[in-house]
Amino acid sequence: MSIAISVQGLSKQYRLGQLQRGYGTLRDAMASVARRLREHELHHHREVEQIWALDDVSFEVAEGEVLGVIGRNGAGKSTLLKVLTRITNPTRGRAEIRGRVGSLLEVGTGFHAELTGRENVYLNGAILGMKRREITRKFDDIVAFSGIEKFIDTPVKRYSSGMYVRLAFSVAAHLEPEILLVDEVLAVGDAEFQRRCLGRMEEYGASGRTVLFVSHNMQAMSQLCDRVIQLDGGCVVRDGPSVEVVAQYLQSGLGVGAHQAWPDLDSAPGDDVVRLREIRVVDQHGDLVDAVDVRNTVGIQTKFTVLTHGPPLFPQIKVVDGRGDTAFNAMDTNPVWLEPSEPGTYVSIAWIPGNLLNEGLFTVHAAVCSFALPKPAIHALRPVAFHVHDLGEGDSSRGAYAGLWQGPVRPLLEWETVRS
Amino acid sequence: MALAGQPASIEPVTETQFELREDAAAVAAAQPSTSVDRAARVVVITPAKRWPRLDLRELWHYRELLGTFAWRDIKVRYKQTFVGIAWALIQPFVTMVIFTIIFGKFAKFPSNGLPYPIFTYSALLPWTYFASALALASASLVANVNLVTKVYFPRLLLPLAATCVPVIDFLLSISVLVGMMAWFSVWPGPAVVLAPLFLVLAAVTAIGFGLFLSAVNVRYRDVPYAIPFVIQIWLYVSGVIFPISSLPTWEQWVLSLNPMTAVIAGFRWCVVAAPAPNPGQTLVSVVAALVFFVLGLAYFRRSEPRFADTI
Repeated sequence: MSIAISVQGLSKQYRLGQLQRGYGTLRDAMASVARRLREHELHHHREVEQIWALDDVSFEVAEGEVLGVIGRNGAGKSTLLKVLTRITNPTRGRAEIRGRVGSLLEVGTGFHAELTGRENVYLNGAILGMKRREITRKFDDIVAFSGIEKFIDTPVKRYSSGMYVRLAFSVAAHLEPEILLVDEVLAVGDAEFQRRCLGRMEEYGASGRTVLFVSHNMQAMSQLCDRVIQLDGGCVVRDGPSVEVVAQYLQSGLGVGAHQAWPDLDSAPGDDVVRLREIRVVDQHGDLVDAVDVRNTVGIQTKFTVLTHGPPLFPQIKVVDGRGDTAFNAMDTNPVWLEPSEPGTYVSIAWIPGNLLNEGLFTVHAAVCSFALPKPAIHALRPVAFHVHDLGEGDSSRGAYAGLWQGPVRPLLEWETVRS
Repeated sequence: MALAGQPASIEPVTETQFELREDAAAVAAAQPSTSVDRAARVVVITPAKRWPRLDLRELWHYRELLGTFAWRDIKVRYKQTFVGIAWALIQPFVTMVIFTIIFGKFAKFPSNGLPYPIFTYSALLPWTYFASALALASASLVANVNLVTKVYFPRLLLPLAATCVPVIDFLLSISVLVGMMAWFSVWPGPAVVLAPLFLVLAAVTAIGFGLFLSAVNVRYRDVPYAIPFVIQIWLYVSGVIFPISSLPTWEQWVLSLNPMTAVIAGFRWCVVAAPAPNPGQTLVSVVAALVFFVLGLAYFRRSEPRFADTI
């Protein structure tokens, strides 16, 4: 398989002053020279604090691969994209991109408020690298996709922000690059818009195009990408299948472990009704664990203090997988919880059976709720996290299959097969 | 497939993978030529060279975007104004009237034997073009900061497009000149065919200085304050209000280092049949314009890699 993007030892240095104060006036520059003269520093260079936004980054993206880039703010994701899109030059290193590149660092780059929708389609299209003839050919599709046919000859300054984003995205969605570089475009717009964006990106990926995708949206990452690299401090710290890297990133990034405790009642999470005291992930013996065998029972132990006589309370858990999808919700249905609450400290364990959860990272949000219409009121809620792993001994629901297994759960079912 | 127990539960996974492969194959089959194109089109990203060379092929590749930028600026220029494009006529015309009253009537400046309104208006046309082009080009990078930081294209396009915009104003103002010439019965000679060359000289000068100033403007936002002031002084040493030929010879040679003296004298010669400019001085101006152009371009290209970081 041929390589679409190859990055070797790419580094980018910024002087801190450059970041903080993008420009000055001539007066500032002269004042600074004067100061240096006064301090006899003109000749030996003043120490300028320098940071490496990218530090020796190397990776390759195969043709047709969808690569995600994740990392905290300031990890170098945007800088990487800026270098790859040639907006800025690297300080060291080299990158090669084979194929027609389309880059989307924001939706609607270059839109001009005074121009009409029609004019902006041509302007934005040209800026994104489309030829005039190509835009003319796709024009009707672009307008239809945006759903704002009626306003296409109205200046975009009269558009609502929703219409603006829809038109802008519609132009971008009609780019036909072989390699697409995308940054956080999905951060704008409503849920419906984000869904359409994701759908379009999925189509790009499925049609064999190479995509490099930077985002904070972990669910989108694991959904769209085959492979994810994680940057931290300008370096690649993880590189691997998306589900794995995202799970590890979430675990390290959230800083959530298998145990949380709040010994001080007044500052514990909760309200005047109830406060959480401790949440633990435990094995079948009640010992604290942060990784469990897929075949074994795992318990979520919640300790909470009820402060008032009041409405009935009950503990609840929500189990979320490494992609951010909810696996399931559960609550204790014991009728004892239908009684009005009594002050005191309670410990409650929810046992999640073995052979239910799939492998990977799970975050459990433990909560204490009360019934209030139309939905339960959450009085206190905090997460814990743990890992589920499979030793591969053949007696789990995996059997002898060792490949990727989709979905948050993988129960061991009873199978009945007859030959007729 | 009698016993489809375990494979059945794995099926969704393999199914998706098959789908992907099929799609990829279908795309490849539909566009067999793209893989050839892909091999041909490789973008190599490396640290900026100390002296980046000018990639003319790339500029040519982006020629449509240059046109689009110019078109956008022309479209937007007089949006939501009351008299609109008439501003293009009003500005040089009113300036001409004021100059005629002050310098023509009171100061009685020489005017190559032409009626003073014709003398000064024929100079104000290329001058107004030059002044607008220089101001627009200088501001072009900062005015498009959202583009410079978000998308790649040769940054040269922005100042280049900016110098195209006031050509429209210039062409419109010619109609006023034609009317005035008819009124004063002044006719052009055969040299009129050379008039566009002097406009090109004005454009080259504006681009040269515009490239330099636009790059400086990215770093130091003093430029927008300095420009009107510089342009005002420049006007007085370009022969708009009096003929350079009325000065002592050595002063003429010194002023010929200012390319606009040749533009204005030349344009007058072509359009309103003023005396022909001194060929030696014109040559000095042309060479000066080219030198400024090359210096401006070099400075621009040298600063270009830092634009997105410092703007």
